[in-house]
Amino acid sequence: MDNYYVTIGLEVHCQLLTTTKMFCRCKTDYFGKAPNTLVCPVCLGLPGSLPVLNEQALRLAILTAQALNCRILPRVVFHRKNYFYPDLPKGYQISQYDLPIGVEGKIEFDFKGNREAVRIKRVHAEEDAGKLVHEGLNLPFGCSGVDFNRCGIPLVEIVTEPDLHSPEEARECLVMLRNVVRYIGVSDGNMEEGSLRCDANVSVSPSPEKMGTKVEVKNMNSFRSVFRALRYEVDRQVELLEKGESLYQETRHWDEARGITLSARGKEEAEDYRYFPDPDLLPITLEDSFLKEIKAAISELPLTRKERLMIEHELPENEANILVQDKTLADFFEEALKEFNQPRLLCNWMLTEVLKNLNEAGIDITESKVSPQQLAELLRMIDKGEISGTIAKGVLEEMFTTGLDAREIVSKKGISLISNEKELEKVVLEVVEKNPQSVADYLSGKEKALHFLIGQVMKETKGQANPEIVKDILLKKLASEE
Amino acid sequence: MKVELFKDFTIADYHKWLREEKISLPELIEAFLERIKSIDPDLHAFLEINQQAALTEADILVKGDSFDKELAPLWGIPIAIKDNICVQGLPTTCGSRILRNYRSPYNATVIERLKEAGAIIIGKTNMDEFAMGSSTENSAFGPTRNPFDLERVAGGSSGGSAASVAALEVPISLGSDTGGSIRQPASFCGVVGLRPTYGRVSRYGLVSFASSLDQIGPIARSVDDCTRVFEIISGKDEQDSTCAPYPPFSRNDIPTEEEIRKLKIGLPREYFSGEVEKGVLELIEQSIDLLRKNNLETIEVRLPHTDYALEAYYIVSPCEASSNLARYDGVLYGFREKEGEDLESMYLSSRTRGFGEEVKRRIILGTYCLSSGYYDEYYLKGMKVRTLVRHDFEQVFEECDLLLTPVSPCLPFNLGEKTKDFYQMYLTDIFTIPSAMAGLPALSMNCGYCDHLPVGLQIIGPPFREELILGLAGFLEKRLSLTPPFPNFHQ
Ligand SMILES: [Zn+2]
Repeated sequence: MDNYYVTIGLEVHCQLLTTTKMFCRCKTDYFGKAPNTLVCPVCLGLPGSLPVLNEQALRLAILTAQALNCRILPRVVFHRKNYFYPDLPKGYQISQYDLPIGVEGKIEFDFKGNREAVRIKRVHAEEDAGKLVHEGLNLPFGCSGVDFNRCGIPLVEIVTEPDLHSPEEARECLVMLRNVVRYIGVSDGNMEEGSLRCDANVSVSPSPEKMGTKVEVKNMNSFRSVFRALRYEVDRQVELLEKGESLYQETRHWDEARGITLSARGKEEAEDYRYFPDPDLLPITLEDSFLKEIKAAISELPLTRKERLMIEHELPENEANILVQDKTLADFFEEALKEFNQPRLLCNWMLTEVLKNLNEAGIDITESKVSPQQLAELLRMIDKGEISGTIAKGVLEEMFTTGLDAREIVSKKGISLISNEKELEKVVLEVVEKNPQSVADYLSGKEKALHFLIGQVMKETKGQANPEIVKDILLKKLASEE
Repeated sequence: MKVELFKDFTIADYHKWLREEKISLPELIEAFLERIKSIDPDLHAFLEINQQAALTEADILVKGDSFDKELAPLWGIPIAIKDNICVQGLPTTCGSRILRNYRSPYNATVIERLKEAGAIIIGKTNMDEFAMGSSTENSAFGPTRNPFDLERVAGGSSGGSAASVAALEVPISLGSDTGGSIRQPASFCGVVGLRPTYGRVSRYGLVSFASSLDQIGPIARSVDDCTRVFEIISGKDEQDSTCAPYPPFSRNDIPTEEEIRKLKIGLPREYFSGEVEKGVLELIEQSIDLLRKNNLETIEVRLPHTDYALEAYYIVSPCEASSNLARYDGVLYGFREKEGEDLESMYLSSRTRGFGEEVKRRIILGTYCLSSGYYDEYYLKGMKVRTLVRHDFEQVFEECDLLLTPVSPCLPFNLGEKTKDFYQMYLTDIFTIPSAMAGLPALSMNCGYCDHLPVGLQIIGPPFREELILGLAGFLEKRLSLTPPFPNFHQ
């Protein structure tokens, strides 16, 4: 395997976050809607209907190309891509051909300690197709239906050059692409729901000079399946070459359940889409001022943000990286930081306790009942010694389910720390009496024994003791034992 | 009253009678429906008669308050609609078996505007399948006959719209013109037909044949009626990106007779060649003389790329058609062949049986010309020729204001005469195609009769200068004062 050079290029489709479809006024929030309820003569391709370009879709496509450092072509021309399929009601898809929105871009990401730059070949806009439905919906036996709710939703297609050299690297690149489109707000980039789709071209070759036979892999529905499919495909190709067999150019579908790729049936000859400029849509000339106005909306991109978090807040790379993966997570962090300026501690809580609670509830941070301010308050209470870290974890859990403030939960349950010295002295005395060996160990110079004793006090008080005060009392007591 | 109705009356006449209550609106509509019922079996101009809805519409209009006040511009006027323009609830077959049972769930923009202006949709008219043809013989439902001679064709593809107006089944109609489909049948049926500038009338709801060429336009018995309909249907439309952002046409822009006398009329040499039948040429020349007598200056001009326009048209329009007609696959609507074991065979048999010969010929031609490796050689070259044709006209309009030409080189021909040789059929549009390729407005009007058959002359103008064309047409109409040898086949 090490003797082979792997070459991978990605073709990514993202649904754009417009309120209406690309060429009609139908709404785009189709997820979970009854089939064929978001349709009109235009997106159904009924005789006589005509497309009218949604300017918002154009803006988001341009923004995507700009964020990927593309050169924006001054004229926007839509072409018809002609082919027959039941989910394509016009018999052609309105797409772009030799004049895409943007060309010659690049995307950067960190991979195995290196800053990688993958070239972007093109970014173009096109309309989505409908969806075939094979079961449910009271379909007659043996019949399939078509749901056109998705038909006409704007997409951007992002095509990279074949600059990737391993499945891991391809996955990292895809993650960064997803993060970028989320950061600039053009797409929610959700692979599971299909708002981000990825196809890949894979080839292996014994020599870096000569490219191997290109195989297109489709039907990968998560980042994990992209990685698995590519790894499988690379292994498969290497194995064949090792056996002295030859590969041929084809399209293969990833079978998630079986963990293999399967050759898409037949179709040896390349499909001819007979592209030509759509005569229903006039070419658009993009003014510089228009492009500048769009570009101004580009916020800080993930890679820059990561670097800033590392420098400004001295976060370790790994942790900064996890934070910026999700723009809303990083936003939450920086919001909380305004009221609790201990970045490392905050970051730890975010990446452990907060993420744990989110995962358990199966929700996104934007859906969380806990606000950044509430998290900051909780951490301030720990800092001031009002509650212990252990208690705080339980409090946070409750905050996630009830949305109540930390202070409210703490006072309601009476779980604030025991700072009353008299009360604590009693417990300390008991612990010292019960553990003569540890006391002796400490006195003979074993520092560790102190921690054990503190731990015993905490245990006795069910974690409600203020550990600082416990330590003071213990030290005094031990000093008197000497 | 009944007999009197069916002379060469205009919208203004009908409105006068309605205002003076010489006839009620329901009576007027009944009378037209009666006439259609009595003569259309011979003529076959209509594919669908909207009887019940038309009468209901009439009742609604009468009950509405608009009757007492100023009448809406087309108040109560029955209009026939070519069957490739969508009217909500009515069939839109495009003369094709593949859309035989299709009913449009929405109105074309022009239909909305006509209804707002008070017009009553009386039916849908016959046409060559998907507007591909010059004789209405390519209709899947049988040809329309010429009211002046039932053995002859009405022209096409808007044959039903032209014949229905000529035979007084209806005062006005809408047609569509891709390469001459309004002008040629208007000429063959002796009526006025206007192809507006490309982008002057919204195409939303017009079933596309060749998107970059298709235009909806009015057909009427007088230039004034034609103008009235044009005023209503023209103007920008948010639903058609190719529709120009101009306000509707206004007849106030039509020049005065004084101004018309100052126009310089160009006579393109290429349109007066030996290919034109003698009878046609003579009548055109009489009209030219009439203009000269009225002190209009005429000059000979050249349009050197005329010969290439036809060939380029038969590349570009089939290319667009092959893509526009891809949606008729039997999946969502329209004819579907029940047999067929898989998707591909369903597509194949539905389209093979659903489309007629001429449509299939053009789909195949267009598919071929767009195929990889041929695109540059055909489609791109066709588009380049189109640019040259447009430049020809641009240059000519530096020298003159309008062009005057024949509409068709021939008289209405016999049914079946040209169906065997499609190239001969294509040649009948040789004088209407170049201006369509250039996107220019052009009008066809009757200029006399040869062997009792109407002959049309064509006035072509610069883009968005319909007022000049309509001005000159009205000027000529007044002076020609032709009384049509009205077809009396229906006694
Ligand atoms: Zn829609």
